[in-house]
Amino acid sequence: MCLAVPGRIVSILDEEDSALRRATVDFAGVRREVSLAFTPEAKPGDYVLVHVGFALSVVDEDEAEKIFEELRAMSEIEEPEAGGSP
Amino acid sequence: MRYVDEYRDAQAAARLAEAIRSRVNRPWTVMEICGGQTHTILKSGLEELLPPEITLVHGPGCPVCVTPVELIDAAVEVASRPGVIFCSFGDMLRVPGSVRSLLEAKARGADVRVVYSPLDAVKLARANPAREVVFFAVGFETTAPANAMAVWQAARQGIGNFSVLVAHVLVPPAIEAILSAPDCRVQGFLAPGHVCTVVGYREYETLAARYRVPIVVTGFEPLDILEGLLMVVSRLEEGRAGVGNQYRRSVQREGNRAAQQIVAEVFELSDRRWRGIGLIPMSGLKLREPYRSFDALARFAAGPAPAEESRECIAGLVLQGLKKPPECPAFAVRCTPESPLGAPMVSSEGACAAYYLYGRREVRG
Repeated sequence: MCLAVPGRIVSILDEEDSALRRATVDFAGVRREVSLAFTPEAKPGDYVLVHVGFALSVVDEDEAEKIFEELRAMSEIEEPEAGGSP
Repeated sequence: MRYVDEYRDAQAAARLAEAIRSRVNRPWTVMEICGGQTHTILKSGLEELLPPEITLVHGPGCPVCVTPVELIDAAVEVASRPGVIFCSFGDMLRVPGSVRSLLEAKARGADVRVVYSPLDAVKLARANPAREVVFFAVGFETTAPANAMAVWQAARQGIGNFSVLVAHVLVPPAIEAILSAPDCRVQGFLAPGHVCTVVGYREYETLAARYRVPIVVTGFEPLDILEGLLMVVSRLEEGRAGVGNQYRRSVQREGNRAAQQIVAEVFELSDRRWRGIGLIPMSGLKLREPYRSFDALARFAAGPAPAEESRECIAGLVLQGLKKPPECPAFAVRCTPESPLGAPMVSSEGACAAYYLYGRREVRG
């Protein structure tokens, strides 16, 4: 039930009341209207994690990359002669 | 799908598993709290990648599983009233009550509808002013802001024919109940990433310090879980307690303030009974006084009445990590998703459903 799915904000439907602010979000081709009541900072192009129709967070792209940087570093330590991972 | 597919890469998973293997010297028991994580572990066969020293036990993080049977009965009773449209997340429909499930009530003529969002139920209420629309507000901290927002919007828009049957539960009191049990064998935790996206992890720091355990806030994809385990195992081997945050792309220490605010506006803490586990003090949410008129139990003067559970079902032990589904004599024999004895066999986050669905019939090791 705590499933939250990442999607990309296509456009924002602005409302005067920030509690009613919504966006059209693209989930790998499927588009849905999502409430931005809890992510007032979200902007078009951002990835948001969506749970039961609400964006709960804006995905931090730099942090998302770090695990892959660490993995690359790990494989360089293991295979110094390979000259980079395939 | 971005932020999903790359976290399922098999080569990267193998590399993380190797890092865990090289870090482990002693046997450790780690609990993943969230049923969504349990499903990832079983679906991806992550245990097969792990060294034999690591035992994973599955936690109570399945709101559908822990909703007390008397509330399922109350839901069935309210849904069966004439004029009621009963809205629920799909997961709840097949959960057995003491007499019948919501799905069986629907087959007998109750107007039970599956909704994607609680706001869909508010919309239904607005569109059907002559009907009473009831939403089954189930979930952990992740879902509480959405359900609170539905009540808040209904109040502001004066939608009087909307109400909620509240069955909200909270994770930290459940962790505390597990850690303070005399037979507790859990030495470290993967904390649920989406719960912490909402509430942050300060409360987990308090728990980690009090019980001297490592807790790592973890995401839901295979690489997230393996990295979370690597972080827990490193802390265990070094004798370090405290909280780590693996799911940094979504979770901040303070959580989501706007979401916390709406929950605090609409709900307050209450004692809550957990199915199969029993009463855990201050482990649930109830509507605050200004929103009590939206309480479906009060509006329909419904239950909860004492209810009978299946005697054979060991869901309570499974939910506390004391038994694994294949240790239940009824598992996959007298209890299947088509004919369940307990909720963990039908929920998409239930441990029994995960073992059944992914063909695991034996306990590992």
